[in-house]
Amino acid sequence: MQRAAALVRRGCGPRTPSSWGRSQSSAAAEASAVLKVRPERSRRERILTLESMNPQVKAVEYAVRGPIVLKAGEIELELQRGIKKPFTEVIRANIGDAQAMGQQPITFLRQVMALCTYPNLLDSPSFPEDAKKRARRILQACGGNSLGSYSASQGVNCIREDVAAYITRRDGGVPADPDNIYLTTGASDGISTILKILVSGGGKSRTGVMIPIPQYPLYSAVISELDAIQVNYYLDEENCWALNVNELRRAVQEAKDHCDPKVLCIINPGNPTGQVQSRKCIEDVIHFAWEEKLFLLADEVYQDNVYSPDCRFHSFKKVLYEMGPEYSSNVELASFHSTSKGYMGECGYRGGYMEVINLHPEIKGQLVKLLSVRLCPPVSGQAAMDIVVNPPVAGEESFEQFSRESVLGNLAKKAKLTEDLFNQVPGIHCNPLQGAMYAFPRIFIPAKAVEAAQAHQMAPDMFYCMKLLEETGICVVPGSGFGQREGTYHFRMTILPPVEKLKTVLQKVKDFHINFLEKYA
Amino acid sequence: MASSTGDRSQAVRHGLRAKVLTLDGMNPRVRRVEYAVRGPIVQRALELEQELRQGVKKPFTEVIRANIGDAQAMGQRPITFLRQVLALCVNPDLLSSPNFPDDAKKRAERILQACGGHSLGAYSVSSGIQLIREDVARYIERRDGGIPADPNNVFLSTGASDAITVLKLLVAGEGHTRTGVLIPIPQYPLYSATLAELGAVQVDYYLDEERAWALDVAELHRALGQARDHCRPRALCVINPGNPTGQVQTRECIEAVIRFAFEERLFLLADEVYQDNVYAAGSQFHSFKKVLMEMGPPYAGQQELASFHSTSKGYMGECGFRGGYVEVVNMDAAVQQQMLKLMSVRLCPPVPGQALLDLVVSPPAPTDPSFAQFQAEKQAVLAELAAKAKLTEQVFNEAPGISCNPVQGAMYSFPRVQLPPRAVERAQELGLAPDMFFCLRLLEETGICVVPGSGFGQREGTYHFRMTILPPLEKLRLLLEKLSRFHAKFTLEYS
Repeated sequence: MQRAAALVRRGCGPRTPSSWGRSQSSAAAEASAVLKVRPERSRRERILTLESMNPQVKAVEYAVRGPIVLKAGEIELELQRGIKKPFTEVIRANIGDAQAMGQQPITFLRQVMALCTYPNLLDSPSFPEDAKKRARRILQACGGNSLGSYSASQGVNCIREDVAAYITRRDGGVPADPDNIYLTTGASDGISTILKILVSGGGKSRTGVMIPIPQYPLYSAVISELDAIQVNYYLDEENCWALNVNELRRAVQEAKDHCDPKVLCIINPGNPTGQVQSRKCIEDVIHFAWEEKLFLLADEVYQDNVYSPDCRFHSFKKVLYEMGPEYSSNVELASFHSTSKGYMGECGYRGGYMEVINLHPEIKGQLVKLLSVRLCPPVSGQAAMDIVVNPPVAGEESFEQFSRESVLGNLAKKAKLTEDLFNQVPGIHCNPLQGAMYAFPRIFIPAKAVEAAQAHQMAPDMFYCMKLLEETGICVVPGSGFGQREGTYHFRMTILPPVEKLKTVLQKVKDFHINFLEKYA
Repeated sequence: MASSTGDRSQAVRHGLRAKVLTLDGMNPRVRRVEYAVRGPIVQRALELEQELRQGVKKPFTEVIRANIGDAQAMGQRPITFLRQVLALCVNPDLLSSPNFPDDAKKRAERILQACGGHSLGAYSVSSGIQLIREDVARYIERRDGGIPADPNNVFLSTGASDAITVLKLLVAGEGHTRTGVLIPIPQYPLYSATLAELGAVQVDYYLDEERAWALDVAELHRALGQARDHCRPRALCVINPGNPTGQVQTRECIEAVIRFAFEERLFLLADEVYQDNVYAAGSQFHSFKKVLMEMGPPYAGQQELASFHSTSKGYMGECGFRGGYVEVVNMDAAVQQQMLKLMSVRLCPPVPGQALLDLVVSPPAPTDPSFAQFQAEKQAVLAELAAKAKLTEQVFNEAPGISCNPVQGAMYSFPRVQLPPRAVERAQELGLAPDMFFCLRLLEETGICVVPGSGFGQREGTYHFRMTILPPLEKLRLLLEKLSRFHAKFTLEYS
């Protein structure tokens, strides 16, 4: 037993990703040396190996938490161990996680959540009455009056009703039916589920899914996993990342050669690109989807993150409805929202919803069935979503504080700051950050650097970002992780660090870039 | 070529047109998925509840949801300490409140320190908060008498159901080389659903009802032998304690299963979410990890194993928080990286669920202020569950035509019911499985919602249903008696 334990200890998971291969084989060598009792038994091949595993899973990539982030993690560990670097901390500007970068949660939201979590607090004088009212309402709708019960697979009923009411208000009275609302484990879960149901066929009739380039790589990852066909349509960098219907047309025509295009995904406001689509554009897209018979997915998780005074968020649902019954009764549309972004930034709660309209009635049954296998989304996330769609209103005790806390002025300021600073740097061009929480500047990479990258078997912008990380501690995600036109290079950086820190970061990136240009001139 | 409004209205045709997404056009694998625990009978139960609310007269005043292992929905109280710490994490202002014990505050602070921005609202690392993974590893070591567990082999998940997507990694090949996965019959239908979704081949091995649902390796051999004809079997799933069957496997059985898996080159999946739910005297939970390690070489260092646990069961019953983990043993390092990559696409498991899991794996110590209350609450829950397990077995075995194997663990009974041939015929006329017919009638006449055995799998010609033991003790007694009476009446009606 002791020997077994010792062997296991040695062979057990290695400490850092880059050392995995090395420590594994040395453990194996040790193990076989020790195993003199059974000399003929060397380590046999595992059942589950890279060669034998699911090839679709192998094809999946997700740059936002990919190799550069793993590298950032390693560097952080080295810093912790006291290894000297040209910087004292790693700045995680790779992921849209506001609270990780110091944004404070909304007080009211956390009060209601605490009351729901530990209902004894309903007797405490330290909580406002309007928070208690919300909490009681949520708890009454839960099995056993507890967040600890499974909910219905579609989500807690009264929360779905609240979401529908929110959508109706947001869309100026355009009705939303609670029956079309599905609460989800973050928006990612909903997107994945809808895509899963849609994918069918084989060979040339395999489902094609149109996605923007650049895109948020959840889409390409899910498409890989489902073995669907990815159909790229390019956003127009020269025109602030505008969506051009002619480009949609080009993409779908070419795709028809080798797949059955059935789905069109739009991210508005855009990620990583930050553009907010005009109403006309949305109408054009809807008409296109109607014409080409495409199921529309509208990823609208940044609907509360609009900064440019010239821009407004228009929901696909609202525009669809206002285009009249031929469209609004026919176009199958799934719209997604989340608690992770906006002013709340509650990423860790994994709250989200999707509104799915014009589904074939039998498909609705199939969708609920699929959701039921995972029982239900986390109930605390559902509760968080409830507060997002049902915030304090004027006249309520918590309204004033809530209003103060939920102002996005800071993000708008940081968006402008980032755009302006990047555009001052020779060899960097940054489109306006109209919304979302990222900059996606284009960077000029000299030919010598491209060669160096190739020598390292890396995409040129990955090479650039790795160097940036190693020299400044700033972690951003290379444009190749999101897609970009051939021969262009970008990176995505969040605008989430506090203002002063952000200024420092931008300055450092500027200095790095200038040095990089010189070095590889 | 911009379309003007005029062009568009010209193009408009009236009437509803065919959908993009239809039954025929949808993902055929998803179409094949079934999940009886929330299937048609539960939908009917919902309708009946709606009718009751509308004041429609029924032979009962409430619908009893004895279909799902959700303890708190049936009135079980959450453990105070868990909710206190969680509330402190959610709203750290409460750290200055005198109404929370010191040890709860300490725990909350410890968890928050490990979170991005010191908040539950930040994403965590995709495999889960490192501190919590370490606590889970220590829990596993304590549970397994000191056998080491590596935190890097522990992955937190959104309930155990999420972690079962380890199966996803295993599925490959086509036609005759398509991956086959051995699952117990009766099984928890997450397995069949997942295999259908992945397009993997389901390979059934039957548990032995005559011997309290024992797992017989000869039956594993039989199943495997037959499967090799048409697929490539690569994995073996075991649920211990069993769901729906409630048996707790002996140590000898577990060793035999491990030996079998090793000889036949099968990746072992051990669903152990009911490890804290063991009631029968003489039954003991033995983790697959522990037994595997104690078997020494060649097994210990080479047999690939994934073991699952959850916050939904046990004495905590925190289903809604979706907390869970998987420990992988002897997994290829590169594959482990692939698993992490797959998890990263979904970013991370819900952080409140991770926090809850942390408290489950590192509960108050005897010297902590909250210990006494924690222990009392925990023991009360487990004692009541044990009493209800015994009661259920007893009442069902007294009823003619119903026989119930000992409920050694988990939270269900899975009694076998005799159904008269005429009832079977009637069911067939209606296009229903006979036990579904029985359960639907039971629901309509008593309001008791249980899940027919056909939803879990059973030997041909046998009928069962799964009922939870979760309603409060006295209510449970009444339900069991009501059900027995209904069965007698039903038998009479169709004789």
